[in-house]
This record gives sequence, C-alpha cells and structure tokens, in this order.
Amino acid sequence: MSAATKKYLRIAFGLAVIAALIFVPMNFNRYGLFILSQWAVMTIAAMGLNLTLGYAGQVSLAQGAFVGIGAYTAAIMTTQGLPLIGALGVSIVLCFAIGWLLGYPALRVQHHYLAFVTLAFSTLAFLVFRNEDWLTKGIYGISNIPRPHLFGFATNKPLPFYYVCLGSLGIVSLAVWWLIRSPWGRAFVALRENPIRALSLGIDTRRYTLMAFAIGSALGGVAGTLYAPLTQYIDPVPFNLSLSLDLLMMVIVGGSGFYFGPFLGAMIAVLLPEWLRFTQGYYLMLYALAVILLLIYSPTGILGILDRYLTERRTKAASALREVAKPKLETAA
Amino acid sequence: MSNLLDLLVAGLATGAIYAIVAVGFTLLWQTSQTINFAQGEFVMLPAFLMLAAMHAGVPFWLAIIFGILLSMLLLGLGFKMLLVDPMLRHGVLPLAIATMALAIGIKEAVKQFFSAEASPFPSIVPAGDISVFGRLVSLQSLGVLALAISAVVALTLLLNRTSLGHQMQAAAQNPTVARIIGVPVERMILLTFLINAFLVALASLLITPIYLAKFSSGEVLGQAAFIAAIVGGFNQVRGAIAGGLLIGVVDNLAAAYVSTQYRAAVPMLLLIVIILFRPQGLLGRPEERTV
Repeated sequence: MSAATKKYLRIAFGLAVIAALIFVPMNFNRYGLFILSQWAVMTIAAMGLNLTLGYAGQVSLAQGAFVGIGAYTAAIMTTQGLPLIGALGVSIVLCFAIGWLLGYPALRVQHHYLAFVTLAFSTLAFLVFRNEDWLTKGIYGISNIPRPHLFGFATNKPLPFYYVCLGSLGIVSLAVWWLIRSPWGRAFVALRENPIRALSLGIDTRRYTLMAFAIGSALGGVAGTLYAPLTQYIDPVPFNLSLSLDLLMMVIVGGSGFYFGPFLGAMIAVLLPEWLRFTQGYYLMLYALAVILLLIYSPTGILGILDRYLTERRTKAASALREVAKPKLETAA
Repeated sequence: MSNLLDLLVAGLATGAIYAIVAVGFTLLWQTSQTINFAQGEFVMLPAFLMLAAMHAGVPFWLAIIFGILLSMLLLGLGFKMLLVDPMLRHGVLPLAIATMALAIGIKEAVKQFFSAEASPFPSIVPAGDISVFGRLVSLQSLGVLALAISAVVALTLLLNRTSLGHQMQAAAQNPTVARIIGVPVERMILLTFLINAFLVALASLLITPIYLAKFSSGEVLGQAAFIAAIVGGFNQVRGAIAGGLLIGVVDNLAAAYVSTQYRAAVPMLLLIVIILFRPQGLLGRPEERTV
C-alpha cells in the first residue's frame, strides 16, 4: 500500500467511527445513552490529564477534584438560572487558575512528591465540597440541575444531551490535536523527556510546567461542567480521590502520551463494567486484575502494544528491503 | 487539661500504628522503589484473614498467628513475586499505578467474599481505664502504644545493631556495591517485603479493634501512612516513626480544637507545607535530583 492510500484509509476509518458515534446511538435506550455520554465526559477529563501526565510528564492525582470544581460551578450557576455556557467559561477560568497554582509545587518537587501534593489537594477539595453547606449543600447535594437550551433546542432528553457531550468532545479533541502539534505541545514533550536539556535549549520550563497543569486542569473543569447536567444531581461522593485514581488509570491503560489513549482508556473504564455486569459483584475485581496484567505486559498501555507491534513490523520490512538490496549493492561494488 | 492528656495518649497510640505502617512503606521505597498505594489495604486485609479463621472456629491466638503468616505469604512473598518483580524494570510510575489497581482489587475482594458491613474485632489489650499520676487513661490506648513502640524499637535494633540489618541497609543504599562485598541483595529485598507484611499485619491487629474491620478502612490508613512517611522523611526509618507519631497527635488535636469536619485537612496542609519547604522531610536526607 502506498502512503497516500494509507492516509485515505485512515481518514475513512476516522469518519466511519464518527458516523457510528452519531448514528448508532439513535435507537439506544436511556441507560445506553447515559453510559455513552459518560464516556464522552470522562474522555475529556482524561485528555486533560494526558496533557499534564502523558505529554508534559507531571504526575497529577487531582484531576477528579477539577471535574468536581467544574461540576459544582455548573450546578450552582445553572440552578440560579444562569446559562451553562457562562458556567463553562467560569469553570475553565477557575480550573485554569487553580491548576496554575497547583503547578507551583511541581517546580520544586517531582514524581512521587508531586503525586502526594496533588493527592492532598484532591482531599482538601473533597472536604470543601462536603463541608461548605452554604455553597455546595454539603452531603445533601444539589438536585434538579437543568440541561441547557442550545441554539433554541432544548436538550432535556437523553439523545440531544448525548450530542451536546459528543460535540464538546469533538471540539476538545480538535483543540488538543492542534495544541500537541503546536510549539507548545513540542515544548511539553521536551519537558517530559529531559527538563534540563529543554531549559538549555531556551524553553521556559517554568512557564510550560505551570501551563501543562493549568490546561490539563481546565479540561477537567470542562468535563465537570458537562457532568453536572448529565447526572442532573451531584453530591461530593463521586469527586473523591478514587475519581482521580480512576482517571489516572484510564490514561495509563489507554496509553499515556498517545493522542487516542484517553479515548480507549475511558472506554474501558466506563464500558467494561457494563460488559462485565453478568459477573455481578466481581467486575471491579476483574477490572483491577486486568489492569495489573496489562501493565505487567505493557506499561505503556494498550496503544503501547500497538505501537510496539507497528515498530517491529517496520523494522522487519526495512530489514527485508535491505536483504533484497544487498546482492545489488555487492555486484555494484 | 485531663482532656489534653487523653488526646495526647490516644494520638500517640494511633500515631504509633501509623508509624509502623509508614516504616514498612519507606522500607519498600528504599529497597525497591515501590510506592505502595495499596499499603492501606494491606493493613485492612489481615484483620479479615484473622476474622475468617475465627469464623472457622479457630481460637483467637491461633487466628492471629494464621493471619500474620498468611499476610506474609500473600502481601510479602506474593506481592513481590507476582507484581513488583515483573513491574520493577518498567519504572516507578507504572508500578505505582499497578499498586493502585491492586488496592481496588483487594477492597473489592474483601467486600465480595466477606462483607460490605463493618465487623467488630476483638482487642488483644483488655478494655478499661488505668490510673496514671492520678488520671484515668484508656488501657487500650496505652497497650497499643506499648506494643507499637516495642515493635518499632525491635525493628530499629534489627536494622542498626545486627549484621542482617546492616546488610539490608547496604542493599537499600547501594545495591551494586553491596553485591560486590557479598551481600545477598535479592534475599535482603525479599526480607524487607516480608518485614513490611509483618508490620502491616501487626498494625491491622492493633488498629482494627479501634476502627472496626471494614473493606474501605484502608483508604484513610494508607493516606495517613503516606503523609507520615513524607513528613518524617521518605528515606529514613526514624523519620517515618517521628512522622507517624506527629500525624497521630496532630490528627487527634485537630479533631478536638480545629473542627471535626476539617480534621482530615490539617495533616494534608502539613504535608503540603513540608513538601514545599522541606521536601526531604523533617529528618530525611535530601535526595539528589536525577537528570
């Protein structure tokens, strides 16, 4: 196959997936649509974490807290009658600012220390959600969160709201695609691979570290803003530390540092429990076991396996070509 | 004043348990770069193993021995052979994430095979109060404190006074040189995993009578142990001990004097402040940053 046909095949495959995501769910029931919407929302949050962790190499255990901040912002503002778009803007700015501040420890400490600072932040955020009754209604939670009207269409029903989630996922995907191909994305990777070399090449590592945190967190906020109207009721429980750990596992299982990693990771984390429903209470145990086995086999996740396979095939093809070319070269000599 | 004394004794008792768990945590980090996110679940599990033995009709003392031995087999040997050894060459982060998955697995297994409800657990120290300098102090707190401190002292003596302990330290600090001078590094690493398993089983035995046996109780314990290890110093056993005692006392005092709602926030804030201003911990040595 020539490079051009390969490219067209890839584009055709991408379009087929998008078409399937749009048309197949049309006759899904309420629950199926809820699960798919949840997948879209979690993918957005995991994409943010993939930027921070996968591309910029900064470990964060606080992404769940940012989803929570986004969700509470949306819930509080929309129940006061303000539009969801406005809440989205506030969430993004708020999470960006808090993420920027959370990045400061990353300038001083790395790896496991950073993991623990962000873990502490996650716990603090949970305590605020639970205890500040005047703002978040505490353990009783906020109910009757309205779904938005977009361009004159009401999105109360599950299908239209699924399209809202899918559309948001599309916009975020394009933005992230653009970002990782921009000089910024390359600076993030440089930061991950070798911070000192990046610094000596004139990259302002300080600014980019903070940026990686801020942008990743802002995407967590976007996911939260969609989560609140999706469930229409929020309380502090879903935003505890385990959401942050789940999101981290999604990124790693899918393939950290791969563009499509979060899509796959979120699909496994959200859909696998549904497929394993027949095993009743055992599904989380099986999920944990599957994650451990996967990580032992391939620490770079599922896309890591694919990547390894493709590299191997390319190496084999190259050596086959060399074998063919060898006699010619020898006769020429 | 009597209130403060009670709080201090109770704080030191829980703190001593945190210290035991934190010491195990730092041992694993030092010898094999394992950040064990399942450490809290490791403390939760042995109590259920002991309960299961007791349900089978085994007397309490035998159940304790059974629980400790089985935890050393599962959480020491099994953990090392089946999870850490295959993962270690992949680096710190994938291994840490695998232990997170392990934590979920253990929690769910206990919930599924045992119970989602909290179960009472017999105390090895008799209940009641004892008079100390004319004040009544809970016998259970004192007993826990005494047992935990003797465990910590025994471990410190093992590490610092015996040839075996010196070999373990050598294996942790510089495996290459240790191997050259004839230290069986692999066996020493296995030994630290067994010691960690023993310590978590002991902590389980001491803390479960206070907080009941519940599948989710590992989360809080694990976090307390991480914080204790970092506050005290990640690369020092005595740092972890000091950190554990400090966190136990701070936690209890915060509950009494700050607010019960935000008691969990105080150790977290302490953690953030320590990491920002003294990342090597109160008693730790600075680690050189790897390029």
